[in-house]
Amino acid sequence: MTDINKDTSACKMTIAGNIYEAGNAREFKTGDWRSVKPVYIPEKCIQCGLCFPVCPEDAIPVGKDQKRTDFNYDYCKGCGVCAKVCPFGAITMKVEGE
Amino acid sequence: MSIRERLSGNEAAATAMKQINPDVVAAFPITPSTEIPQYFSTFVDNGQVDTEFVAVESEHSAMSACIGAEAAGSRAMTATSANGLSLMWEMIYIASSLRLPIVMSLVNRAVSGPLNIHNDHSDAMGVRDSGWIQLFSETNQEAYDNLIMAHRIAENKDVLLPLMVCQDGFITSHSIENIELIEDEKVKEFVGKYKPEHYLLNKKEPIAIGPLDVQAYLFEHKYQQAEAMRRAKQVILDVAKDFEKMTGRKYGLFEEYRLDDAEIAIVCMNSTAGTTKDVVDALREKGIKAGLLKIRVFRPFPAEEVAKALSHLKAVAVLDKADSLNGVGGALFEDVVSGMYLNKNTVPTVSYVYGIGGRDTTSKEIESVFNDLMEDRKKEKIENPYRYIGLRKE
Amino acid sequence: MNDMIEIRWHGRGGQGAKTASLLLADAAFNTGKYIQGFPEYGPERMGAPITAYNRISSSPIRIHSNIYEPDYVVVVDDTLLDSVDVTAGLKPEGAIVINTVKEDEEIKKSLKGYSGKVYKIDARKISMETLGKYFPNTPMLAAIIKVSKIMDENDFLNDMQGSFKHKFAKKPEVIDGNMKALEMALKEVKEVK
Repeated sequence: MTDINKDTSACKMTIAGNIYEAGNAREFKTGDWRSVKPVYIPEKCIQCGLCFPVCPEDAIPVGKDQKRTDFNYDYCKGCGVCAKVCPFGAITMKVEGE
Repeated sequence: MSIRERLSGNEAAATAMKQINPDVVAAFPITPSTEIPQYFSTFVDNGQVDTEFVAVESEHSAMSACIGAEAAGSRAMTATSANGLSLMWEMIYIASSLRLPIVMSLVNRAVSGPLNIHNDHSDAMGVRDSGWIQLFSETNQEAYDNLIMAHRIAENKDVLLPLMVCQDGFITSHSIENIELIEDEKVKEFVGKYKPEHYLLNKKEPIAIGPLDVQAYLFEHKYQQAEAMRRAKQVILDVAKDFEKMTGRKYGLFEEYRLDDAEIAIVCMNSTAGTTKDVVDALREKGIKAGLLKIRVFRPFPAEEVAKALSHLKAVAVLDKADSLNGVGGALFEDVVSGMYLNKNTVPTVSYVYGIGGRDTTSKEIESVFNDLMEDRKKEKIENPYRYIGLRKE
Repeated sequence: MNDMIEIRWHGRGGQGAKTASLLLADAAFNTGKYIQGFPEYGPERMGAPITAYNRISSSPIRIHSNIYEPDYVVVVDDTLLDSVDVTAGLKPEGAIVINTVKEDEEIKKSLKGYSGKVYKIDARKISMETLGKYFPNTPMLAAIIKVSKIMDENDFLNDMQGSFKHKFAKKPEVIDGNMKALEMALKEVKEVK
């Protein structure tokens, strides 16, 4: 499925654009949609757990120990919701490239 | 041994659906196809079929339900006419582009307005570019036979396109005529079980159908539809061959009636072909070499084959039971002449629009078309190729 | 082709002219014929003039148009004689059957000089006597069989017995009445002189 791209010829495409595999959203990286970037400041983070449930892209990895780690920038679109909900100033938004 | 019966065209269509016993029928009543879901719902009520009958609240929903059912992995059928088909319009394209082999019985009627419930082909012509296979039927028998063949064509892996079987509203749909039915068991065996390769209710393969198709893809998907339509021609012929083995009744892309040695011919579809056959016979007795080419498969259009079959003639009239209102001529006329042009066939050809809104077309009128052709054949250039039959013009 | 018989029915919506044309098609079908039975549909409802047609032939019927030059015409309601041109196109070697109690002279006058045979029958009386209600289509069906001779009368009666058994499976008490209506009608058709 993921080998279908804008260079694939019609005879190699599935009919009707049907997708015959589940869970393939991960193969479409949306990180380059981002113009503003969240920056994680671990020192200020108390692992309260408020940020990762609100992430629309599931771009805040959480380990088995229930603790979050740094952002997954392959998918983070820079929406800033996480920064808004963090009560401790552990996430700040920075313009990309600055 | 086939079963000798007498049925109306609507009864014939409903009987075919009963014998096919599809998983789902979703339909909304509209004249003149109302009797089809009416009869079919009694079959459901009597336990003569296992079908889930969905009594929807509109034709848009009827086609939507068929799309859902077919995508889920079941065999779905519907019936409609004219404005019912118009209301399905949006979903008609969804069905074909999702490559769902839904089968529809279309009982042709004029699309309003002004309001008219009688027969012409404007409903079918309105969806001629929607990616549905369109088969036309001269009689109740052909409407029945075409429906029995429909799933084998539509569900073929090289095709996977929805298919509509057309017949003339009232003229055949409400006329009781003789018919040869096929035994239930034989139909069941012929149609076979529906085994889609991919379907939504397959828990072993979770799939997505109908995703957003952006600029980089839709073109190719349309090309796939076009290819499927081109391939359908051979599949239609293959299925017809098997059907002939079972019933002895022969079907092609079109029927040629006394065309071999004809000098002038009419091209038309549905019930008018029967009237034309009688006229051809009468003219032959007078020594006039008249013939008929009756289109059965309108989509995919057999352009090359038609052009070849007409190549020896001196003049041709193409009869359209819908006016395309395009300033040029009827839709069938345009397809026939483009096919002829591409195949370097320069036989003088004229367009006749006829039978609009249920206007009766008589043998005399068909004869007058042949008389016109006798004059046309002598001319260098035909001055008025866009004509009408039975119209009060001035 | 040459033995094809064309019949046109004139009635009013609700009188069963369409049903009669379908029953005639059925009966002829059961004798091995090729048949067509079809009404000319319009927006008309109860009481409006309606037309129905039959074609009966020993070879397949291909023509699909209304009938303009019928061999026979059946008029189920004589009040139509004033408003509808019932003999339009009717072949002079054919015949017309009318449900009426009018005098011969009066009937002839309303047929615009039709030169073929004219028959009359009092379908109301037959229907009332045998069925207790006014259903003119059953007697008229028998009348056209008698006049057109498209099938043997006994074959027709036997076939209708079977049809009625099927049609009235849920009210068998009306079968006898309908059969009597047919038998009586076969006897009571009279030529208008």
